[in-house]
Amino acid sequence: MVSFTLNDKRVSVDADANTPLLWVIRDHVGLTGTKYGCGAGLCGACTVHLNGKAVRACQTQVSEVADKTVVTIEGLSPNSSHPLQKAWVALEVPQCGYCQSGQIMKAAELLASNPKPSREQIVTHMDGNICRCGTYHRIIAAVEQASKGG
Amino acid sequence: MTKAMTQTLQAPELTRRSMLLGLGGMTFCLALGTDGISLVSEAQANTLANAQVTPWVRIAPDGTITVLTAGAEMGQGSMTGLPLILAEELDADWSRVKIEWCPAEAKTYGYKDPFSPAQLMWIVGSRATQLYYNDLRKAGAQVRKVLIANAAQKWGVDASTLKTEPSVVINPANGARLTYGEIAGFGTIPAPLPEVDPKEFKARKDFRLIGKSVPRRDTPAKVNGTAQYAIDVKLPGMVYASSLHSPVHDAGAKVWENIDPTALAAPPESWNDAEVKAMKGVIAIVKLPTGLAVVADRYERAKAGRDALKVKWAKAKAAGFNSAQALEGYVKIHDDPNAQVVSLEKKGDVATAFSGAAKTYKAAFRSDYGYHAQMEPLNAVVRINDTGDKAEVWEGSQAPDESRKSVAKALGFKEDQVDFHQCYMGGGFGRRSIGDYAAECALIAKDVKKPVKLIWTREEDIAQGMFRPQSFQCLEAATDASGTVTGWKHCVVGEGQFLLITGIKIPYYGVPNQQIEMRSVSHGIRLKHWRAVGHVFNTFAIESVVDEMAAAANMDPIEFRFQKMGIIPKAKKCFETVAQMCDWKAPRPAGRALGVSITERSGSLGAGVVEISLDRTTGKIKVHKVWVAVDGGVIVQPGPAKANVESAIIYGLSSVLHERVTMKDGAVEQSNFHDYNVMRMSDLPEEMNVQFVDVDTRPTGLGEIGNPFIAGAISNAVFKLTGKRLRHMPFTPERVLETLKA
Repeated sequence: MVSFTLNDKRVSVDADANTPLLWVIRDHVGLTGTKYGCGAGLCGACTVHLNGKAVRACQTQVSEVADKTVVTIEGLSPNSSHPLQKAWVALEVPQCGYCQSGQIMKAAELLASNPKPSREQIVTHMDGNICRCGTYHRIIAAVEQASKGG
Repeated sequence: MTKAMTQTLQAPELTRRSMLLGLGGMTFCLALGTDGISLVSEAQANTLANAQVTPWVRIAPDGTITVLTAGAEMGQGSMTGLPLILAEELDADWSRVKIEWCPAEAKTYGYKDPFSPAQLMWIVGSRATQLYYNDLRKAGAQVRKVLIANAAQKWGVDASTLKTEPSVVINPANGARLTYGEIAGFGTIPAPLPEVDPKEFKARKDFRLIGKSVPRRDTPAKVNGTAQYAIDVKLPGMVYASSLHSPVHDAGAKVWENIDPTALAAPPESWNDAEVKAMKGVIAIVKLPTGLAVVADRYERAKAGRDALKVKWAKAKAAGFNSAQALEGYVKIHDDPNAQVVSLEKKGDVATAFSGAAKTYKAAFRSDYGYHAQMEPLNAVVRINDTGDKAEVWEGSQAPDESRKSVAKALGFKEDQVDFHQCYMGGGFGRRSIGDYAAECALIAKDVKKPVKLIWTREEDIAQGMFRPQSFQCLEAATDASGTVTGWKHCVVGEGQFLLITGIKIPYYGVPNQQIEMRSVSHGIRLKHWRAVGHVFNTFAIESVVDEMAAAANMDPIEFRFQKMGIIPKAKKCFETVAQMCDWKAPRPAGRALGVSITERSGSLGAGVVEISLDRTTGKIKVHKVWVAVDGGVIVQPGPAKANVESAIIYGLSSVLHERVTMKDGAVEQSNFHDYNVMRMSDLPEEMNVQFVDVDTRPTGLGEIGNPFIAGAISNAVFKLTGKRLRHMPFTPERVLETLKA
């Protein structure tokens, strides 16, 4: 049994200690906004926050999150009201949408520590997150818009 | 609206048709006619003895209009765009339109395939908007006509005196109004439905939805994690599967042959069965005709089992295959006078054009295999009922009709024993139109007698990839004394037949003497459509040679096309537009250069320009700016249309500069995103400018048009900077350095 806080709720799961957090969140708990893309920490589709820091859920064993706080896209805001989510909608960033939870969670980490990032800082921060539909320029624009207060 | 839609998509238990039936209001049904789909009234539908009729539009008394969409959604936006076309002619209040996926019944919901008598639902080749456009306009106009007729009858006035505003019929004579919902409460639907002449369609100036900024319906669910992909489906009692196939490819001589999970392809001969079965959570190891699937109570355990498999595979056709060697072998096939040739185009007298030419040109081009790398690895969920005579499939598919067929075949079922539930796709790019993995999942579900979710690992997704074929091309051209291009010979060599030859013809240039041909080989490599497929390397070769001729003539490459290539007006307009957009003749900063190329795909035509610089010590090409002008007919959804072109530009840049699949001993050498390099944010151009030429013609495909010009435009820009020509895609830094040294 591993217990941790997930999106403000205490959860306990009966998973093997080395189970990737990704499958714990998706299958054991049932929050499917966090996506499987590569399983090797290479694409960023599974990005979640662990104690406020963006991590790759596919590379994080569930035993590592015991008694810590995990936030997924479902917990970023109760009603898609996070400035990034609003900017994402306003600029129609998503195409297939599959990588976007990870993109938003990675960008949220940036804005939390650097509310007014430069374009260069955005690119450096986001470079590990692949978007195969090529929405990169809209992601940059949306992060910039959110940093200006929506 | 969006909330309602999302809830539906999240409730996989729901069968969509049952939602529409028996709810009151007016339901219009769709039937197959001799010239495609058409609407019939529900009464008429009920009299039809066959099953080719299903509800398509429903207007509820509360004013909600439910429209089914055949636009499989992989990011391109046609899930929203197709109902929007119908709603336009219906003059519906878009805020009251609800969108639902339609069933996977091609005979009812398919478009007429341009290349065969078949009805298809394949959302491939950028077809959705162009092939559904007229049928959907007609359907919307017919429903509007019925609503007006009902209002006219109630008011006792002539229907021709009435008009509509969004979801309201109005009598201009006295200002009387009836909403569509109110009419649905009392209205009747005549059988047959009134005919609509295309002349009665709305004029473009009267459009309220087409060409306007209408938000995509899938966006809100894609920023909060609620959009449902097949990989997210969970059923009671469901178990998880992870499969492993022979790493050595074993495809048949015909493209797609053996891409059939029920047909033997390099099957497993022996494996460490007891060892893997003893692993925690493992329920079964299912032997498939094409591989093995480990089934477990949890996905992580199924995957661990799959990773622990040690298998001896039967010999596969591609055993010993080496992609680089094979590519060099294509040169010999090209030079072999006895090689079998498929003629694709023969015009005029090519021999005379070349023997009497003032100048001739000859160049060879190579291109490597390309992988789709869609972000959502292939997966499906299948449930077979207790009596074993009905199956349900959840999948994100570009071709739900095809997938349903493959699942039926795998289970020995008739198609009507399979219910298909469409899901969002985490990318398609041509890979998700065959249903092989859904059929594989069905075989596993049948074996373990439980609902199964099958997820291919990323490694499996690459190893069992179905690629854009590698190719060798030889292109020759001849000019006469005036410098006009009079002769054209283009030969492509490789595996993949129709995949190899898309975009090889040059209908946009008026070269009088042409000989275009293909020489085929068969290695057993799995191949498939891939965003514009052959257009990528064929356009590269074509436009490199055009640029070479312009440079030799000391002419501006755009002027050369206008004066010496017999360019058609539609293409000329695109070049003129892009020249204006990029200020073509203006000087560029030191170390930068422009390159230009035509682009063509799925009825659309365009011209693109890139501005690049080159690091001569590393060989790295940097693309700074991109401009493209596209004639895509009437633009239905301007936002998503632009996003599609931008997306294909990035896809093109990624494939042309970075992506490469290589094969050794018949197996793929790359295994994940560390060695299959897709473009990252840091390689994004500073600017991408997309403009649509303003025309009033039927929409054409826009999902791929942003891709084919990239290779030619970049290599032409490199020539301008260095005087050297790149001949082998992708233009990796190593290859650029080699070219510079040569």
